[in-house]
Amino acid sequence: MTATSKKTVMRALTIRLQDEIFALEATSVREILDPVPITKVPNAPDFVSGLINVRGTVVPLADLRVVFGMERPPTDQDTRIVVIEFDLDGDPMVAGILADKVHEVTEIDAGSMETVPAVGMRWPPAFIRSIGKRDDGFIIIPDLQRIFRNEGGFDAAAA
Amino acid sequence: MTSIDPADTFRQEAADLLEILEQSLLDLEKRPGDEDLVSSAFRALHTLKGSGAMFGFTAVSDFIHDFETAFDQVRKGDAPASAELIAAALQAKDHVAALIAGKAVVDPAAGARILAALATAISAPAEPVWRVSFRLPENALMLGTKPVLLLDEMRSLGPCEIVSRSEAVAPVGDIDPDYLYLAWVVEIGGPVELPAIEDVFLFIRDDMELTIARTGEPHVEEAAAGEVPAQSAEATAILRREPEPEAASVAPKDKAATLRVPAERLDELMDRVGELVIAQARLSQLAVSRHDPALVSIAEDIERLTSSLRDTTMGTRMVPIGTLFGRFRRLVHDLSQDLGKQVNLVTTGEETELDKTVIEQLADPLVHLIRNAMDHGIERGDERRASGKGETATLRLSAAHRGAEVAITIADDGAGLDTARIRAKAEASGVIAPGAVLGEADVNRLIFEAGFSTSQSVTSLSGRGVGMDVVKRTVEGLRGSIDLASEPGHGTEVTLRLPLTLAIIDGLLVRVGSGRYTIPLAAVEECIELPKNAGEMRGRSFLDVRGDLVPFMRLRDLFHADGEADVYQKVVIVSSGQIRIGLVVDQIIGNNQTVIKQLSRLHSSLKTFSGATILGDGTVALILDVMNLVGFGQKLEESRRDDVLGRAA
Repeated sequence: MTATSKKTVMRALTIRLQDEIFALEATSVREILDPVPITKVPNAPDFVSGLINVRGTVVPLADLRVVFGMERPPTDQDTRIVVIEFDLDGDPMVAGILADKVHEVTEIDAGSMETVPAVGMRWPPAFIRSIGKRDDGFIIIPDLQRIFRNEGGFDAAAA
Repeated sequence: MTSIDPADTFRQEAADLLEILEQSLLDLEKRPGDEDLVSSAFRALHTLKGSGAMFGFTAVSDFIHDFETAFDQVRKGDAPASAELIAAALQAKDHVAALIAGKAVVDPAAGARILAALATAISAPAEPVWRVSFRLPENALMLGTKPVLLLDEMRSLGPCEIVSRSEAVAPVGDIDPDYLYLAWVVEIGGPVELPAIEDVFLFIRDDMELTIARTGEPHVEEAAAGEVPAQSAEATAILRREPEPEAASVAPKDKAATLRVPAERLDELMDRVGELVIAQARLSQLAVSRHDPALVSIAEDIERLTSSLRDTTMGTRMVPIGTLFGRFRRLVHDLSQDLGKQVNLVTTGEETELDKTVIEQLADPLVHLIRNAMDHGIERGDERRASGKGETATLRLSAAHRGAEVAITIADDGAGLDTARIRAKAEASGVIAPGAVLGEADVNRLIFEAGFSTSQSVTSLSGRGVGMDVVKRTVEGLRGSIDLASEPGHGTEVTLRLPLTLAIIDGLLVRVGSGRYTIPLAAVEECIELPKNAGEMRGRSFLDVRGDLVPFMRLRDLFHADGEADVYQKVVIVSSGQIRIGLVVDQIIGNNQTVIKQLSRLHSSLKTFSGATILGDGTVALILDVMNLVGFGQKLEESRRDDVLGRAA
């Protein structure tokens, strides 16, 4: 451990979505893929409108930019797919997340993480767990559980 | 490899034997004299006792020993297989099952009680059932003998079941009204002495054919009738031959060598085959693109082998649904005693095969449906008589393949659903808003909602409002659907339609816009070209397929496909249940083996797709859920009709 071990740190993979930096918990990241052919799922929510083949399994592809109301330019040479696996209501959820660019694995000091201000934000505060500060700006830590639960479109199925 | 516990082997064997025992006992109740059934039950008991002792289940073998002793009397014909005996024997069977499972501490007193019940059932005043078959001389009527009087006299002896036999009736043109062509078989129950029966025929015995036998006895020792003519033996032979075909089907079949394999291993095998199929698809695609005849030939061999390996593997997982139906005979037997309703269970289509996992998941829903039918659907005997129906109700349980689906039907001839009461109850419990506009069928479907029960009294069986929603949930979990038909006064029919969706299916790959989709081949009836003039008329689209009007829908519209539509569009005609529908696609690519991958929860609300598959080139293609697509298409049509603007989506 580093000298900061007395403080809690979060190891995270930082990715860029448009002009914002997001952090995904490193333990939930399974792999990072170059863009693969995406199969569009008709009538699915925009947030999860595609499917990809990850080593023989069919995995939904999520586009967080939809949730945060960002523009969605077509894929370019920096585009990557981050395959994450996390616990969603007791069941494992495997999904790909489209990233405009993948930066690095870094440590975010828990002390620098702040709760989300209710105003002055251009994205829904409910979907952000906290905001971390780094020398060159802010890092958004999205609340994946809540995003997938609300935007996934399976609430309707359960009802 | 873990070593196998011998006790487990015994338990598995015992489960099979107990099953045979139970089936034999239940059959025996219907045909008390059937020796084959008695010996089948006896054999099962005997084997169980032997292997129980061998594997150290002494409590089991001791209990069975007493059970067997009691049952031996039935085998020897010293005691009849009465209803009490069957009931006691069934309890004994349950007790044995509990002993073998060894989970709960089994009360030894319970065992003693059951054995006592068995003993009383055996020693109960024997009620021999006499089978009297007689044929009067042809001129009997002319001589003044009245068969009706004979029958009446026998009726006075005890409860009679009279069957007249009409094989000897002459062709209509040759019938002489003065001649007597009929013969009769009368079964007399109750304590009747042989001489009493013989007395009935006292004055006419010399000229007639008469056989009197105790049913269930080896042969006609008592066949009195001093000068029995030679034909009598023949008549007896005919009588005795009759029940045989049925009995033969019950007798344990000579089993070919079978092997017990844990289900997980089959699942594993299935996964491997699935991966093999995907790899094979890649190989085929590569071979075609290389234009190398040698490679193509190998790829084709591999394809054929994979395909047959797939079929074989899936075949190992298929189980006839009869294994499930068998369990319900006991359920119906017990329920009809508890409820005091006479119910006859009729099963058909037991040979219909379904994936093992599907069968296992179906057990609970079917139990709920049967309970519901017996508790709510079927009326009490007096009510049935009042409404002019036979006192014995019929519960039909059937299974059949229908295209890509298996339909399982539970039908009773009871009172039918009380739509008004369901509605009142639904409004009271807030399932629907008061005064909501709903069709009768929609109201009836509310019984499948959670927390819904119309039973005015809560019985031990149903009425708590749990159960029917389990049916709905399970069936939907298997991507099936439920049809409900009810006719007041005539009964209710519930049909569960389940897709034959196994791990791998044959699919028809089609292209719509830039997307590729797989349609289960079993649902496809034919492919035709979309006629140029097949325009939508007044918002309804129909195709004329050899005189039949088939509605069609354009998958391009449904899926909001991009790009220009192909000039020559194709229609894939698929069927789901009774409905046929055409799906308009841009291109039909061809057949492929499709490994079904479940969609994640994120997409489970999309009922138009039953899953996804990976194509040879590694891309993902969605599998169309024909059953739900038809419904989706219907809704789309409706909404389009409502939409005055009717803009193309």
